[in-house]
Amino acid sequence: MAETATTLPPRPAQEAPRFELKSFLTRYGSWIALALLILVNLAITPNFATWQTLNVNLTQVCAIVIVGVGMTLVIATGGIDLSVGALMAIAGALAPLIFLGKLFPLPSPAVGIALAFVLPVLVTGILGLFNGWLITHLRIQPIIATLVLFIAGRGIAQVFTNGNLQVFNLPEFQFIGLGRIFGIPFQAFLMVAIVAAAAWMLRRTMFGRQILAVGGNERAARLAGIPVASVKQRVYLISGLLSGIAGLIVIARNSAADANLVGLGMELDAIAAVAVGGTLLTGGRATVIGTLVGALIIQLVRYTLLANGVPDAAALVAKAGIIVLAVWLQRQGQR
Amino acid sequence: MAPLLSMHGINKRFAGIPALRAAELVVEKGEVHALIGQNGAGKSTLIKILTGYYAKDSGEIVFDGKPVTFSSPQEAQGAGISTIYQEINLVPYRSVTENICLGREKRRFGLLDWRAMHAEARALLSRFNIDIDVHRPLMAYPTAVQQMVAIARAIGFEAKLVIMDEPTSSLDEREVEVLFGVIRQLKAAGVSVIFVSHKLDELYSVCDRVTIMRDGRTVQVAPMAELSRLDLVTTMLGRELTQVLQEGRKADDTVDTRKPILKVQDLAIGRRVRGVDFEVRPGEIVGLAGLLGAGRTESVRAVFGADKPDTGMIRFAGSDKAMTEPADAIRAGMGFCSEDRKLEGIIPDMSVRENLTLALMPQLARRGIVDEGRSREIVDQFIKRLGIRCSDPEQRIRELSGGNQQKVLLARWLCMNPKLLILDEPTRGIDVGAKAEILSLIRELAGQGLGVLMISSELEEIVEAASRIFVLRDGRTVAELEGDAVNEQSVMAAMAHGHESNREAAHG
Amino acid sequence: MNGTMTFKTLQTIGRFGVLLALITLIVFGWLRYDNFLGTYNVLSVLRYNSMFALVALGMCFVIITGGIDLSVGSTAALGSVVAALASPYGAVPGLLAGLGAGLMIGACNALIITRLNILPFIATLATMLAASGCALLLAGNQSVSVSYESGFTELGQGDFLGFPVPAWIALVAYLLGSLVLNLTSFGRTVLAVGGNEDATRLMGLPATRVKAIVYLASGGLAGLAGVILAAQFGAGQPIEGVGWELFAIAAVVVGGTLLTGGVGSVGSTLAGVLLLGLIFNILNFENGLGWISLSAYWQSVIRGLFLLLVVAIQARLSVRTEETV
Repeated sequence: MAETATTLPPRPAQEAPRFELKSFLTRYGSWIALALLILVNLAITPNFATWQTLNVNLTQVCAIVIVGVGMTLVIATGGIDLSVGALMAIAGALAPLIFLGKLFPLPSPAVGIALAFVLPVLVTGILGLFNGWLITHLRIQPIIATLVLFIAGRGIAQVFTNGNLQVFNLPEFQFIGLGRIFGIPFQAFLMVAIVAAAAWMLRRTMFGRQILAVGGNERAARLAGIPVASVKQRVYLISGLLSGIAGLIVIARNSAADANLVGLGMELDAIAAVAVGGTLLTGGRATVIGTLVGALIIQLVRYTLLANGVPDAAALVAKAGIIVLAVWLQRQGQR
Repeated sequence: MAPLLSMHGINKRFAGIPALRAAELVVEKGEVHALIGQNGAGKSTLIKILTGYYAKDSGEIVFDGKPVTFSSPQEAQGAGISTIYQEINLVPYRSVTENICLGREKRRFGLLDWRAMHAEARALLSRFNIDIDVHRPLMAYPTAVQQMVAIARAIGFEAKLVIMDEPTSSLDEREVEVLFGVIRQLKAAGVSVIFVSHKLDELYSVCDRVTIMRDGRTVQVAPMAELSRLDLVTTMLGRELTQVLQEGRKADDTVDTRKPILKVQDLAIGRRVRGVDFEVRPGEIVGLAGLLGAGRTESVRAVFGADKPDTGMIRFAGSDKAMTEPADAIRAGMGFCSEDRKLEGIIPDMSVRENLTLALMPQLARRGIVDEGRSREIVDQFIKRLGIRCSDPEQRIRELSGGNQQKVLLARWLCMNPKLLILDEPTRGIDVGAKAEILSLIRELAGQGLGVLMISSELEEIVEAASRIFVLRDGRTVAELEGDAVNEQSVMAAMAHGHESNREAAHG
Repeated sequence: MNGTMTFKTLQTIGRFGVLLALITLIVFGWLRYDNFLGTYNVLSVLRYNSMFALVALGMCFVIITGGIDLSVGSTAALGSVVAALASPYGAVPGLLAGLGAGLMIGACNALIITRLNILPFIATLATMLAASGCALLLAGNQSVSVSYESGFTELGQGDFLGFPVPAWIALVAYLLGSLVLNLTSFGRTVLAVGGNEDATRLMGLPATRVKAIVYLASGGLAGLAGVILAAQFGAGQPIEGVGWELFAIAAVVVGGTLLTGGVGSVGSTLAGVLLLGLIFNILNFENGLGWISLSAYWQSVIRGLFLLLVVAIQARLSVRTEETV
């Protein structure tokens, strides 16, 4: 430093790194909140420390987290995906049509189940690409581009099934939603795997760095040689694929597919989890683990209130409060 | 006579870091007062405190005989302080009239009287000899006109004090003269002006007194006439300037016969570029000179593949395949530092390290996974080599000063080992010290065989650095200057009325 | 030059494109179906769509400032519940109660966005949940019947000078909205805030106050829409209003208002609402002809396609102007 320090004296802030309460709170605030919530529940909620409670909460939160991971990546590029709920409905409507053999004759039930896993997710992936195409090639703003499928997507699912409820009982297929390994729901393992993979990707890979660069400053990213359009295409593709998986989980769990209800309001739940988790909504800074924590917080607050006799409607108001509080705290830390 | 404005003992900290320490500023009635200092010296903070954009931590402000504390720009405006900011702060989609009159609209029967407002806007602009259609949206007009609109707006408020924060950065010389005329008009009418600028010529030609700031403190106040340029710069930087002034002249002037690395012929893009030719040889610094709107930036963006040219040939490293994306140009061995660091250069939330290795990433990654160890090595090496001052490579780039950000962006390209580096206004908004460092670095790199194509609006700088200059005017190359012809007079002559004969003369 | 071309084209498409599409659709319906332009059909389309029109008007102002209001749907639901609860006291108290509820949510939005500096998207997402929770709590999770004796239902079902009362309300709101946007300094500041908020602030204009008022107004208009909802269908509906916000956004965008803010028109927004509303109407007529039978679910598919068509055309045209200049 000495020989180069010609024009500026060293800045005082760099001399003594002090403990900053605010930045500490911003950094670990969501973890602290989660820990506090668990402690409060251990103290006041009867039968909280049971497998039963854990499993109930995990099943409630899995679909939101899986969709939230895709949403995190999309938001990290500075976009948004409103179509996730509608895509879940499409995947949810397609899968039973396939394994019940209503779309085309099946050579064997096993093939039907395999196709029921693959095809719906493939379809939602393609629709995700379609979102990306609207955004990158027609240069439509993400909120409008994905609004198209938000409006039309559920309609498509309803038209497929004519709005009817499809009930089924097929344990092999429903393993994705009902199966357990060591007493823990299979979907929780799936969720953890997806979260871990996405978090690793965002941190360690070139693609992750490109996502954050595009969200941080798109014009600069393009001039630095980053293929902006292809990066965006891929995040919407991932968001589509993950929505499809979440759709399958939801119908498997319910043993029924209702195109009117699967994934309803999911876009907002996922965005709320992302926001509470600490991802910057304007893009450029994102945390997938944070989204997991955010979803857990929202779920636990709701559970706490319900388990203690507060009506569900009041829990909605509490959820609103958490979102505002979390985002406000993050803003304080940025100053 | 009591001064119009006196700011005394102003302190301000941002997140614990002091930005102003007992800063002082006194402006007399009817004087043009220069406020200067390096970037980060606290000029902008002081001004924003005066206009109520920030709240001061302590200190007192007396304006027009009364102690004041404005809590918003609106209040300051109401009290008679108008401000023209460095970046044009107007609303591009709205009409010229709205941009001038918003905030003091004319009304009839409680509703807006558009006819009276249009008339007023026209009248104000006519003081600058500008006659435009005020109904049209502001963004329909070039930057210089927009700047004039901003000034017209500020003056229209019948202010007692007009603050101009680098108002000339987007004006050409004629427009600067018009602006100075208006400043003298204001002065004659008893209005005071605070004038912030990095350009010494301007300060000496229009200002009465000067306040010099450094590190958040006011270090000197003096009449302009009693302060030599050298004293002024020395006080501003707080050190002896010998290194800065003793820059070596450009490399040897022997005629270079090496084959050009870049050759551009008959380039045309829309209406802005209609016939641009230039070339760059390895190891040579080539300057592109011209007034604003001459088509310099547009031309180099096309070379880099950022915009699509209509016609023309661009041959780079022996191939004239068109670059359709910056990524192609980068792969071929080009680097491009854009004009606007904030808008098109840095990724503010990313660290110095991530910003520096952004373009290098494809080479740093194996099967898509970034090799963090190597990235750290490279970054450490460049931080040392370029003297980038940051607390840690993981520090966010937006916390760095403009000069250091620019060095990181230079390093972003240098670590790629490019064959050609395109620099669009590489020293804009950078303090004098860092400017000299960056220019000598560019020279050193060229000495090692890198071709450099540099755009600069500062004649002094471009003449100093470049060994060959192409002058553009109205979208055409009008002169190529080489050897002894590279001097400010001939560049200016070519910019003003250059034609083909200049070209011949320069070669002869 | 570049700028104007794009700008003008966008405005022209926005203003006349949507009008042209609306006229085409009307002519198509008039030629194809009997009674399409009959008094009954016209009045019922206007009556039904007036509540969406009110919501879209508020959204239009919010979007012009560069913001967004996701809470309008549940605010309307809350408004309908509160109005239904107040309806036994008469039409005016019912109206004021619903309006007041909407203004309250609007005030929350304004405070969160301007005081806590939270992005409108997230702030209104939160109040959307809160409003919905309040509506459910007040209504006890079921719809609340309105009083038929007090004259409250006139607000939704009544006529005045042969024209539906809700349509009158919407008409007056749109006239006022247009006046405010074009001929008051408040309106011009709304446009300026959306064009460049920082600049507006530095120009000394009350950007924060203008934003606050816009969200307040949007809440109030949504509350008013809730009043009409309750009066028209005879019940306060706590779970109605889902998706209204996105419908309103679609209508505003179809009307040519830029989602990035700074450009917009009240009249085109009304055209956008009618356009999307007519699609449903035409679907009904088509089914009535008996040649094909499309389920109601097609409605949203067609609306989505329509939105896609409009934004794709807008995008193409603006790209082309950029390139040719």
